[in-house]
Amino acid sequence: MLKQRPFLIETLTALGLIAAPFVLPYLGFSPTTINRILIWALVGIGFDILFGYTGLLSFGQSAFFGTGGMFAAYLLTQTGFTNTVAALFLGAIVSGVIGYLVGLIALRRTGIYFAMITVAIAEVFFFVEFNPLSAFTGGENGLPGVPTPNLHLGFTTLEFDTNLSMYAFIAFWYFVGLVAALRIVRSPVGLLLRAIRDNPLRAQALGHNIHSYKLTAFVIAAVYAGFAGGLLGMMQGFMPPDAFMFATSGEIVMQTAIGGAGTLFGPLLGAATWLYLSDFFQTTLHLGATWKLILGIVFVLLICFLRRGLAGAIIDLYRLVTKKKQSEEGPATAPQSSVVVKLPTPKPATGTVHVRHQPAGGGPILQARGLTRRYGGVIANSDIDFTVDYGEMRGIIGPNGAGKSTFFKMLTCEVPPSSGKIAFEGRDITGMNVIDVCQLGLTKSYQINQLFERLTVRQNLEIAALGKVRGKFRLDLFRSLARVPGLDEQVSHTLALVNLTHRTDTSVSELAYGEKRRLEIGLALATSPSLLLLDEPLAGMSPQERVETVALLKSIAQGRTMIIIDHDMDALFELAEKVTVLQEGRVLVEGTPDQIKNNAKVQEAYLGGVHGEVA
Amino acid sequence: MVNWANFISQCFNGLVLGALLALISSGLTIIYGTLGVLNLAHGAMFMLGGYAGWLAYTYSDSFIIAVIVGSVFVMLVGVVMERLIIRHFYSRPHEDQLLVTFGLGIVFVEGVRFFFGSLSKMTPPPAMFQGITNLGFMFYPTYRLAALGIVAIALLALYIVLYRTRIGMIVRAGIEDAVMVDSLGIDVYKIFMLVFGIGAMAAGFAGIVNAPVVSIAPDMGEAILVQTFVVVVIGGVGSFPGAILGGLIAGEIISITSMFNPGYSYVMLFVAMTLVLVLRPYGLLGSAGRE
Repeated sequence: MLKQRPFLIETLTALGLIAAPFVLPYLGFSPTTINRILIWALVGIGFDILFGYTGLLSFGQSAFFGTGGMFAAYLLTQTGFTNTVAALFLGAIVSGVIGYLVGLIALRRTGIYFAMITVAIAEVFFFVEFNPLSAFTGGENGLPGVPTPNLHLGFTTLEFDTNLSMYAFIAFWYFVGLVAALRIVRSPVGLLLRAIRDNPLRAQALGHNIHSYKLTAFVIAAVYAGFAGGLLGMMQGFMPPDAFMFATSGEIVMQTAIGGAGTLFGPLLGAATWLYLSDFFQTTLHLGATWKLILGIVFVLLICFLRRGLAGAIIDLYRLVTKKKQSEEGPATAPQSSVVVKLPTPKPATGTVHVRHQPAGGGPILQARGLTRRYGGVIANSDIDFTVDYGEMRGIIGPNGAGKSTFFKMLTCEVPPSSGKIAFEGRDITGMNVIDVCQLGLTKSYQINQLFERLTVRQNLEIAALGKVRGKFRLDLFRSLARVPGLDEQVSHTLALVNLTHRTDTSVSELAYGEKRRLEIGLALATSPSLLLLDEPLAGMSPQERVETVALLKSIAQGRTMIIIDHDMDALFELAEKVTVLQEGRVLVEGTPDQIKNNAKVQEAYLGGVHGEVA
Repeated sequence: MVNWANFISQCFNGLVLGALLALISSGLTIIYGTLGVLNLAHGAMFMLGGYAGWLAYTYSDSFIIAVIVGSVFVMLVGVVMERLIIRHFYSRPHEDQLLVTFGLGIVFVEGVRFFFGSLSKMTPPPAMFQGITNLGFMFYPTYRLAALGIVAIALLALYIVLYRTRIGMIVRAGIEDAVMVDSLGIDVYKIFMLVFGIGAMAAGFAGIVNAPVVSIAPDMGEAILVQTFVVVVIGGVGSFPGAILGGLIAGEIISITSMFNPGYSYVMLFVAMTLVLVLRPYGLLGSAGRE
């Protein structure tokens, strides 16, 4: 809807910002409140990239808000520095550098650990500001006398010292910050941040260095907070020490949650609601300190009942209205989604972008020697020797608990072997991490779907393909996804291969199980692996879906090397040229499907205790 | 030059603070370990305990009644909070759980401020523990020694409940694998409610015991919450012994640093936490996979 018109959101925002100082006073917003809203919303944009897009809930934004503000204020009041705009940028840079260092520590852990560490960091900064650094920061007095912003243009100097001109100054930087954030969100990095939010382990397995991307988001949030801190000092003419207070972090978090995380506009809505209500309760209703109690209750209720905040509610309402219109216009045109899925037609793999260079004429692509894995006293895999040649289609079978999945995890370097060596395309990959191994061209589709549930089919495949076309880490923050060379071809080719072209823009959470299964395989395929491991690709499928998937696997086998684990022996014997049987963590036998079918040891392993009575 | 008498007295202060932190952190960590919810309102529970105890004391003039009323009250708050709100958040993302408990914490703090004002309140120590005691090598406030003993007994009681009773066994099993416990036919929700109550009570109890040492104020829980987080990160999430070890370490670091310059106590605490994160990412006594 909004996506098709370029710069529509930017234009609307600019118009809104121009109109705001003339319209909002009639609704009861005071000029300083409007300025404050924009400052908080600017912090919120950075925080939303960290929380809403990357899924990292930090209670440490006050540290960066305060640091950037203090640094800019110190430059302008205690040194001879007079360039206000440069001071703002220097404050943001210092804040970003500190954000990088803090991020190195805080991002060592995820989830609630991360949240707890950021709380501790916020508190440390507060105490450091108050005590050890009070000579620079004024301690509990803060730094008074921060000049209002000005801009030297050579021939004249612009002074932003009235309410309206101050608004223009802040609104300009808010707009710049928003446009930059929109670019970031639409860039490959922005998509990968969402991938990390939805499924960090899979993002990693698809060859992305998620730690560096998380650190990037953390630094971006710190830069935004630092810049906004500088603006706060200039607006008030005074840099208050309470910018460092934990309550500041709390307000940023609450405003973003109230407005709706993951929208970039949520923080603006949230800050407007928050500051308006606090003004209203304090000055109109004369409630004194009680306003915080009421806002707290409102906040809890919002979290309980309005999961995606005000912005989410508005989007839902908009969809409800437009859907109603659509259904009134023509309910009969609802697409009859494919009950009968057409069999994918095997495509020749010639002339496509995705095929990796494969040395002609056989030879081993993967060699494992003496691979062993112990979990405490349990030996999952013991002394496995295993070789697969280029172009081969290998099957692995074995009873439950035979160690098949552990074996795969070692091959993809998700789990390090206790002993033994793995060589892939002649290179020793033992002890490498899963990111590098995927970048080398070895990847796996999972036994249990590991998809990015909140994203569309296309976005899922883009995430996978980006690892191949961009490498494991790149800071192309301002490049549009559509301009990544080779990405579109790779995605549409994979879509066609796994027969999901008609579902391209469907959200993964709306797919049928069989479609999700195909997408799971598609994710692995989109990284254009030279060796593809498939862990029970047929698990949980209906007979009809099995037939289709076997046909799919046959079609993608051309020009690829694959190893498949499955319990469906008929399917596996049909697909594989050679089958390895694992039992109790060891290789039992290896041979062609016919040899395996007639092997007494295999029959015994599966049926148990039929010593010599095999007909 | 370090004054040795002062140093030893600060070590004792660190021990008292450490024991308190250990008790509060055990509450936080068993709730997190069992329910998977990090309670950001845990500091507010500490504060509520202090106020409930103070209120009971002003009406009854009995410290023992204050302790009992305060603990039971905070436990009830915990149970009601779990039953009414937290329960609906088990299936929601961690972030939502953090947000809602954070919001509840604010509601508790501001609610107390609404009813009792921002000024701090003092609960006197019980008559038998007033004055100072001569330990032979130094004089030390009697109530602090008593507080150390009371908290140690509370920790022991918590240990017995967790490690020597049937309920405790179920709770510990729940920390390892709540789904498994549920499928064994035990009503895991009842256990969750109980654990949340006990965990909150641990913080509330600490709040009352601490009230005669430091006067109570509505926002006293915030600093304690931060210290508790550091304790849990140092000791390892979900580990009861880790909470005790981490509590004592944090208590000593804060007290000893305060002797030189109180402004650096948080910095040192943070340095210790960073060291642990670098050297043992899962905490001193924690194990992988609990986050």
